[in-house]
Amino acid sequence: MSRQANRGTESKKMSSELFTLTYGALVTQLCKDYENDEDVNKQLDKILFSDFLPRGYNIGVRLIEDFLARSNVGRCHDFRETADVIAKVAFKMYLGITPSITNWSPAGDEFSLILENNPLVDFVELPDNHSSLIYSNLLCGVLRGALEMVQMAVEAKFVQDTLKGDGVTEIRMRFIRRIEDNLPAGEE
Amino acid sequence: MTVHNLYLFDRNGVCLHYSEWHRKKQAGIPKEEEYKLMYGMLFSIRSFVSKMSPLDMKDGFLAFQTSRYKLHYYETPTGIKVVMNTDLGVGSIRDVLHHIYSALYVELVVKNPLCPLGQTVQSELFRSRLDSYVRSLPFFSARAG
Repeated sequence: MSRQANRGTESKKMSSELFTLTYGALVTQLCKDYENDEDVNKQLDKILFSDFLPRGYNIGVRLIEDFLARSNVGRCHDFRETADVIAKVAFKMYLGITPSITNWSPAGDEFSLILENNPLVDFVELPDNHSSLIYSNLLCGVLRGALEMVQMAVEAKFVQDTLKGDGVTEIRMRFIRRIEDNLPAGEE
Repeated sequence: MTVHNLYLFDRNGVCLHYSEWHRKKQAGIPKEEEYKLMYGMLFSIRSFVSKMSPLDMKDGFLAFQTSRYKLHYYETPTGIKVVMNTDLGVGSIRDVLHHIYSALYVELVVKNPLCPLGQTVQSELFRSRLDSYVRSLPFFSARAG
């Protein structure tokens, strides 16, 4: 019985390492393709019209469907509920971690996700010539793409990064506006 | 007991898929117009139902029935809508519609990077798996009853 359990956690660990290494390969390739870190940061966040590598935004718009199919979570009623679902259900499901939610703005439209450890950077050190690279920027694109599909326009950005020497990794999420359902053109 | 047909729409009103099993009477309008009519009607009913609800809304619009058929409706927070017409003997089939969304649409279309979103699903695998699934349902019988 315990052997089977070990094999279970081992294969989970292997597939998360595989993910970490694959992500590293993606970033390395982007660094080779683009000359400066600013462009790479943009690529990691979004490529709306790319057919090839699904970058952050493109991953997010599909990931949300898989998330809804598997988690049975219904529509969130407000941004606080959304924050809870992102941290406690989504991050747990996809990265195996549960970030904490802090620093709510007084208006309730901004919050921070604090990641004690970021699985994407498990074997990573930023070299000096890439000091402005936001390594995990894919996550921001994913969050943006996924939330847009459930009618929320948000901004996600890294404000602290363990790769840059900060103690924790912090993503700041800001609610911009609700995206309304539109009737397709030609409807009465 | 039987299933007449099934529509799948996305959040912009694009008809992603349509399948028919037992339909004795057509709408009398081209298919494109039929999809628009169905989507427009669903949009209006959803809004009507929530506006006129005497209590707090939970799931919203679920189904309507006439003396001949029942229309079942299932919508995800991402705006994917599954609509199935069955005969009157069928009760609530939200689990069936959820299965069509999660095990068929998400698994075979969303997770396939070669399937573009926002247009009619071309995947033959999706079409045939959906067809087998519907035919395997306990309330589907080969002869319209």
